[in-house]
Amino acid sequence: MSVAEFFDMGGYALYVWSSFGVTAVLMVIEPLLLRKRRQSVLQRISRIIRMNSEEKL
Amino acid sequence: MNSRLINWFKFSSPASFYPLAGKMVPVFTLIAVMLIGVGLYMSFFVAPTDYKQGEGYRIIFVHVPAAWLSMFIYLVMAFWAALGLVFNTRLSGMMASSLAPTGAMFTFIALWTGAFWGKPMWGTWWVWDARLTSELILLFLYLGFIALQGAIDDSRRSDRAGALLILVGVVNIPIIHYSVKWWNTLHQGASVSVTQGSSMSSIMLWTMLIMALGFWAYAIAVALSRVRSIILERERDTTWVSELAEVRR
Repeated sequence: MSVAEFFDMGGYALYVWSSFGVTAVLMVIEPLLLRKRRQSVLQRISRIIRMNSEEKL
Repeated sequence: MNSRLINWFKFSSPASFYPLAGKMVPVFTLIAVMLIGVGLYMSFFVAPTDYKQGEGYRIIFVHVPAAWLSMFIYLVMAFWAALGLVFNTRLSGMMASSLAPTGAMFTFIALWTGAFWGKPMWGTWWVWDARLTSELILLFLYLGFIALQGAIDDSRRSDRAGALLILVGVVNIPIIHYSVKWWNTLHQGASVSVTQGSSMSSIMLWTMLIMALGFWAYAIAVALSRVRSIILERERDTTWVSELAEVRR
């Protein structure tokens, strides 16, 4: 089987690669969004803590 | 009281579940990456060409696992929703909210890959048949749950309202499952059944099961990772959060 043949998927290239492609993209994006969410939550909380400790000084 | 009961209630507190989830995320991420890696290899290089659908049938290896997960995640959400209503535990609502986006994503993937499989095989992207329509309703249930929770500021109340919506919507799950039996659908009947075994070749079946297990591990990793952020957001004013190493930078 050649590389071109593999990507042609017996004429079903559009359907097979659209299915696998969109699935892959979504399953990569979701963890990335979660990492961003975690970072922004942590930043927000540490800012609040810093502000509170400065008030006490 | 027996020791198992004590342990369960200990981990229902967000403060002790947060570090536990943190330890479990990398484990399930690793399992997911390995299983999906093997599953993808088998999908394209091991599983044979189908005698009727040629290479086009390979869509099954994402379509069926995603569809299974879309229903399974909903049932797990319903479990947490019921637990939250009965025991009034904070963590239950957080777990339900954490699972919803991933469930919606797998429902979307099932519909999307179904359309791209239906076009070449049935000649149409979409039909209003019982299986497809009930799966679309599942997507709306997920989105409705997310929207409802987003619309209510008080987290206790949004958890209760969301839990009710989820539990009412559970009726849709058996409808999806049995739709291909109850109605004449364009969608084919089940190829894999608990009572009758499988009508697929065993290598195709194994590939599908490995992909499904990989998706399952992915869903656990993602849901646990999301619930950690939800815990931090909701518990930000507590002492235990302010004492966390990742917050004290």
